[in-house]
Order: sequence, then structure tokens, then C-alpha cells
Amino acid sequence: MSIWEYANPKKFLATSEKVMPALWVSSAVLITVGLVWGFFFTPDDYRQGSTVKIIFLHVPSALMAINAWFMMLVASLVWVIRRHHVSALAARAAAPIGVVMTVIALITGAIWGQPMWGTWWAWDPRLTSFLVLFLFYLGYIALWEAIDNPDTAADLTSILCLVGSVFAVLSRYAVNFWNQGLHQGASLSLDEKENVHDAFSSPLYVCMAGFVLLFLVLVLYRTGTEIRARRIKALMARERLEA
Amino acid sequence: MPDLGKYADTVLSAYGASLLLLVALVVLTILRGRKVRREMENLETRMKRNG
Repeated sequence: MSIWEYANPKKFLATSEKVMPALWVSSAVLITVGLVWGFFFTPDDYRQGSTVKIIFLHVPSALMAINAWFMMLVASLVWVIRRHHVSALAARAAAPIGVVMTVIALITGAIWGQPMWGTWWAWDPRLTSFLVLFLFYLGYIALWEAIDNPDTAADLTSILCLVGSVFAVLSRYAVNFWNQGLHQGASLSLDEKENVHDAFSSPLYVCMAGFVLLFLVLVLYRTGTEIRARRIKALMARERLEA
Repeated sequence: MPDLGKYADTVLSAYGASLLLLVALVVLTILRGRKVRREMENLETRMKRNG
């Protein structure tokens, strides 16, 4: 069995229909458990007070905002190299999820920043690279919508995705590249000084796992929708030709 | 409900906005998925009927 079998839309739809119920349930359970645990059963931080509870939404959404773009990059490269339509449609399907994750990361960051930093926004390297990533997401979606020919749209959006990957990398490593700025280092790192306290890390891992599964199930569902939407276009074109 | 102290508004507004966005994403995804699936089935049925 090869992974390329799933490039067949029928095979992709049949397999995704089978795994999606388990993914829906497990993502809902993990997110609920993680958020309830984080919100109700973790202590306040000695410096941040109760605002530390925002980490359970901010970190998983920021993680998915960056990794959604990397998933789109891999799918776009598969399209460019092997011309599998399902991969181009999967990249298209992931973009709106990435937008929402980026917006959640930006909003929760701003809400947390106001009392902690004394400002909603700063032109800090990580915040700015995240804002640029958000604009890339919007540009990517707009490009798909603007071009009628789906293959041309897939080609051009794949190139945009390659260029935008620079900002996805910058968003992840901006803190390491530039030492100025307000944003702290990675919340989860091997460096004990930088890492979050154990009391917060376990619910955080649960939330992150839940967000990963939610992303996965949403991509599968939305890719199925894109495959069907494309079939509708093809059938309508055939109907017009026969009329 | 835990005691969120002076940051209650901050924490609750962050949770409210995030959960609203997540729920909207899931609901809109499912609604569009169902609509497209229904359209495709109707079209396939019509084309089969018309030969």
C-alpha cells in the first residue's frame, strides 16, 4: 500500500469518512479536558496572576497557525511535483483554519499583553511576523478565489505558499533570531529556565494535542468538500456541453 | 468558577473570543460541507435521470 493511493479522490473520501468520527470525538474530548483542567484546576502564576490561563488557548492556536502553513507547503510541493489534485485541494482547505488559528493567537496575545506589557500591540519581531503570516493567509485565500482555472490557481497559490513559508519560519524563530522585543521565549522548551512550570505544562500538552486533532479533522472534512465542489463544476461543464 | 481576581475580564474575554471563533469555524465548515454534498447528489441524480 502506498500513500499515493490517497491521491485518488474516491479513495481519499472513503478513508477520511471512516476516520473522521473518531477524530471529531477525540479532538472535542482533548480540548474540553485540557481547557477545563487549565481554567479550573491550575494555580495563578506569581507574576502573571490568572492571565496565565490564556496560555492554554494562545500556545496551541499559535502552534497550529504556523504548522497549518507548513502542511500547506508540503501539500503545495506535492501538487507542484506530482500534480495530485487532492493535495492542492487539501492546501486550499487548510488555509481558512490557519487564518482562524492566527487570529486566535493574535487576539489572545493582545488581550494578555494589555495588562502584562501595558500595550495591546508592539512591533515586536514575533508579533510582526505573525501579522505578516496572517496577511499571507488572506492573500493565499484571495488568490484561490480570484482565478477561475483550478490548476492555474493551484500553481500560483503553491508559489505564494513557498514565499510565505519564510514568514512561517520567522514566526516560529523570531524570538531566537532577534533578541529585542517584548515576546518571551518558547513556552515549551528543553531549557528549564525558559519552560513553563509543570503545573501548566500537562494541560497545555492536552490542549495542543486537541488542537492538532481538530486541525486534522477539519482539513479532512474541508478537503472532502473541496473535492465535491470541484466535481460539481466538472459535472456542470459536462451538462452544458451536452445541452 | 475559579477566582480570577483583577484579571477576570481579561481571561474571560480571551476565552470567549477564542471559543466563539473555534465554534464558528466548525459550524461554518459543516454547513458548507453539507450544502456542497447535497448539491452534488442532486446534480448526479438529475444527470442520471436525463441519461
